[in-house]
Amino acid sequence: MLSLTGIHTFYGHVEALRGVDLQVEPGRIVTLIGANGAGKSTLLMTICGSPAARRGRILLEGEDITRLPTFEIMRRGLAHAPEGRRIFPRMSVLENLQMGAITTDASHFNADLERVFALFPILQKRQSQRGGTLSGGEQQMLAIGRALMSRPRLLLLDEPSLGLAPLVVKQIFDVIREINEQQKVTVFLVEQNAYHALRLAHHGYVMVNGKITLSGTGRELLANAEVRSAYLEGGH
Amino acid sequence: MEYFVQQLINGLTLGSIYGLIAIGYTMVYGIIGMINFAHGDIYMIGAFLSVITFLVLGTIGFTFIPLALIIMLLISVVLTAAYGWTVERIAYRPLRGSFRLAPLISAIGMSIFLQNYVQLLQGARNKPLQPIISGGVVLMEKDGLTAYMSYLQMVIIVLTIVLMAAFSYLIAKTSLGRAQRACEQDRKMASLLGVNVDRTISLTFVIGAALAAVAGLMVTLYYGVIDFFIGFLAGIKAFTAAVLGGIGSITGAMLGGVLIGLIEAFWSAYFSVEYKDLAAFSVLVLVLIFRPTGLLGKPEIEKV
Ligand SMILES: Nc1ncnc2c1ncn2[C@@H]1O[C@H](COP(=O)(O)OP(=O)(O)OP(=O)(O)O)[C@@H](O)[C@H]1O
Ligand SMILES: [Mg+2]
Repeated sequence: MLSLTGIHTFYGHVEALRGVDLQVEPGRIVTLIGANGAGKSTLLMTICGSPAARRGRILLEGEDITRLPTFEIMRRGLAHAPEGRRIFPRMSVLENLQMGAITTDASHFNADLERVFALFPILQKRQSQRGGTLSGGEQQMLAIGRALMSRPRLLLLDEPSLGLAPLVVKQIFDVIREINEQQKVTVFLVEQNAYHALRLAHHGYVMVNGKITLSGTGRELLANAEVRSAYLEGGH
Repeated sequence: MEYFVQQLINGLTLGSIYGLIAIGYTMVYGIIGMINFAHGDIYMIGAFLSVITFLVLGTIGFTFIPLALIIMLLISVVLTAAYGWTVERIAYRPLRGSFRLAPLISAIGMSIFLQNYVQLLQGARNKPLQPIISGGVVLMEKDGLTAYMSYLQMVIIVLTIVLMAAFSYLIAKTSLGRAQRACEQDRKMASLLGVNVDRTISLTFVIGAALAAVAGLMVTLYYGVIDFFIGFLAGIKAFTAAVLGGIGSITGAMLGGVLIGLIEAFWSAYFSVEYKDLAAFSVLVLVLIFRPTGLLGKPEIEKV
């Protein structure tokens, strides 16, 4: 589905990704965990070409997308619910969802909207409210819903649980599983909440300082002593 | 009363023209945060293109006026839009991501260039145009005072209302309009949703220039004479209208245009015609001092 080899990304002179190799198999939920500043968000944005990788190669469904402009990449079955959610604050919930569908055929808009409303009923109630006035949890749901409106085959999620109450976190994780199992969307999930993420994911990667240091199945990583001490201590 | 109504009509006519130009300032500011100082000159080019088209139609013996007007409008709109597109492409796009003042300086340079370019090609003298739409109706008459509305004024006001309605619909309800607003609010997120941001910005310039071309045609018909310098004053007044309405707000630009037109008409009628341009400038200064966000503008803090 997605394959990265030897990815280096820079912000000016600062090297944020220092040779990342990583695979996301179709149909899976793959997670990437790591400390603050490890480069997780940078990796997701690099896949989207913003910033573009300076060295290395990114293949999406076999096609080399490394040098494509962002909007071209995002028209190839990829969607991203980025860090900070980035809801359009002065657009209504419905318009935000319409923005998600902006590159797709208008004929299946209503059906897609129904699907998103079924996953997040609260969005239907908030339809005409301005995005900027939603609560954090609602904004996260909208960010995921907006990403789904483009009918992605691969969905990137950057810390969807950040700052949310445990009950909402559970709801979001349930939806991620549902999207993966029922709608057959491959998911690449970046999380701080390592325990939940590793339990949900088929496969996981650990990133330290711009490099992948460990990888394995979710179960393996949960049992791994290094992972336990660095990311799981202190309860969950 | 008749005198007052007369000024109202004159003011609305002027305001229509300013409002159409002001939309271009406000849209460009909204989407890339710069004042396009060359926009007044784009409007001037629109005016010249309509005069030239009319003269060419005359030389080839085309004299059916209604059709001639439509041809003038179409040619001027299309070619002016092409100028708007080109200006963005060569003077602003290469500077995107550079320091904030760079595109502003480039815009001033572009404005000077366009004025000189037209002066070189068309000469420095005024271009007169015979009245094309004449006649009108007397709305009121009392004690020798009349309120008169020419057919041309009706055409200008009605056409402006139609264009503004169509344009508001475009921004509010179409996917191009949504993409434009999305780029305004978060350009990076828009691109993450597959929006071609560069193309959207280009289209913003094209639409702004097309509306300015219509204003250029109107002014040509209304005053019957143009020169290469008309873009400067009209540009500042329309810019004032955009600031008064709240720069970045499209409804604000329309409202601001009408208000500036009315202020100018009433000022000329009740104070002094010689200093009519002073009215707009005073408004600009007052707004900038007392309400820099304009009537309908959003305070900066709301920008997320
Ligand atoms: N726009 C930027 N300009 C310069 N440096 C940046 C930029 N964005 C990120 N960085 C730097 O790149 C490194 C990786 O940042 P990144 O946001 O990818 O980390 P992260 O793993 O997502 O962290 P977090 O868990 O806190 O979100 C950090 O050192 C950060 O300071
Ligand atoms: Mg991050």
